[in-house]
Amino acid sequence: MTPTEALTTEPDLRVSGGALSSAEVARIRADFPALDQAVNGHPLAYLDSGATAQRPWAVLDAERRFLETVNAAVHRGAHTLAALSTEEFEAARETVARFVGAGPEEIVWTANATDALNLVASGIANASRGRGAPASERLALQPGDEILITEAEHHANLIPWQELAAATGATLRWIPVRDDGTYTAQDAAAAMSDKVRILAFAHISNVTGFVAPVAELVELAHAAGAITVLDACQSAPHRHLNLAELGVDFAAFSGHKMLGPTGIGVLYGRSELLQALPPVRTGGSMITTVTMEKTEFLAPPQRFEAGTQPVSQAVALAEAIRYLDAVGPERIEAHERRLARTLVDGLSSIPGIRVVGPAAGEPRAGLVSFDVDGVHAHDVGQLLDAQGIAVRVGHHCAQPLHRRLGLTATTRASTYLYTTDADVDRLLDSVAGVRSYFGAAS
Amino acid sequence: MERAASDPLGDLYQQVILDHAKRRTGDQVLQAFDAEHYERNPTCGDEITVQLVLSADGGVVDELAWHGAGCSISMASASVLAELVQGKPVAEVRSMIDSFRELMRSRGTLEPDEDVLGDAVAFQGVSKFVMRVKCAMLSWVAAEACLTQLA
Repeated sequence: MTPTEALTTEPDLRVSGGALSSAEVARIRADFPALDQAVNGHPLAYLDSGATAQRPWAVLDAERRFLETVNAAVHRGAHTLAALSTEEFEAARETVARFVGAGPEEIVWTANATDALNLVASGIANASRGRGAPASERLALQPGDEILITEAEHHANLIPWQELAAATGATLRWIPVRDDGTYTAQDAAAAMSDKVRILAFAHISNVTGFVAPVAELVELAHAAGAITVLDACQSAPHRHLNLAELGVDFAAFSGHKMLGPTGIGVLYGRSELLQALPPVRTGGSMITTVTMEKTEFLAPPQRFEAGTQPVSQAVALAEAIRYLDAVGPERIEAHERRLARTLVDGLSSIPGIRVVGPAAGEPRAGLVSFDVDGVHAHDVGQLLDAQGIAVRVGHHCAQPLHRRLGLTATTRASTYLYTTDADVDRLLDSVAGVRSYFGAAS
Repeated sequence: MERAASDPLGDLYQQVILDHAKRRTGDQVLQAFDAEHYERNPTCGDEITVQLVLSADGGVVDELAWHGAGCSISMASASVLAELVQGKPVAEVRSMIDSFRELMRSRGTLEPDEDVLGDAVAFQGVSKFVMRVKCAMLSWVAAEACLTQLA
């Protein structure tokens, strides 16, 4: 059963709203071959979609169909397959653009979200060296300027800004988080200054599931004349996202976290800012005129897409987005919010478990990280794995946040549209036995 | 949760390992030592500092102390190491480290020699869990670095 058969036969599905029913989740799961397997003798309970999501047949088939019938270089060559390939590649860009409320010229293909964030930071570093002037001058940084982030960022939205600060003499500052790893719009306002030129933050924390007050942050940034960079890795796959409505200037997300392939990510940039941003990677496919002395560059998005692009991945990502659209991002969000509530309530009631992030009852996305008193997260993950339950353990690429929480590592369970109540119940049952197994409960 | 002999998790978490992870030998900070080395596993954040005290002629390991934070495998492994090397000639400790590394890389195919490795044979099961081998090796690598400093 393909998702189109499964989901479009019920035209009321999206309008019906609310969380997905268990029958709907069961039907969705049938589309995901990787979910239908035993791991260590137990049916797989895949609770690591925050790291990478599983892919439905439709996505796997779309990539294979493209490679079997169309595959050719894009934006070059005069033959039929080259033209078809280019059409599909650009149609995929339009699909992604529509999904996030952007224009296709505002969508740049990257290798992943990390690559997208690095592209912005490195582009601004280049602007700061005078590259792309005069258009790029509005982005250029100099000593005394400030880059503001939060203490809760993934390393991918921290280190590129450290590097940019080092390259330009700008100062990196951050909004401190509270004991639970969250912050408020007031905390952000207190950290804001009129020297801030860039405000970069995660829409949803990959550790705490905290949802940033985007509207307030954007308003603060724009009042100070700063641009905003949104790490949308944990939001684009899981909820309705309209970047134009949010008013952010740049945003990044990854294909593999939203039912798509690895090796493809997306950088969104508001048109006028992308046009002002100088290129970072240079070479073929991003130029108009090249002489031995100098080069004129194409307009965005091609300016940022030097070399051979992830074409079959783009086509497959578009299919993933059609799948998500058919289910309905709002319904996926509601489904995960319900599961997260069960997780938080269940984990909080187990002795020795500390859930990090927003308190029970506070808004959070569908992921929950926790500490087990007396047991290291790796041991927790190992025990869960032995029961077929896949979770993420470690610092989740957010060492400063963990340090702030007083922890070196946590265990994270993250949900998606295919996660069942049974998956969550099995996790809760297993976690309840962890401390006694390791002799920490006495 | 019962642990049967065929239980792979039981192979990993041998009772010896669980015991050492809780009642740790050598988990202390020395003020005087001959060599010290800090080792970190960046993927999981486990960290350990090993301190080594040799005999006056430098031929024997008088004491190995360590402190750090990490999973039960890395903590238990450091504890077993501290117990094993005390009073052993440096050359023997070196070959012990080589044997342990060989065991850890064996993916469960090697039958360890208890005469050489003592309680460390309990880590044979760890070698089947590729992602945990680094945890077990952490303190041994740090000890090896201490010996290299002193060579």
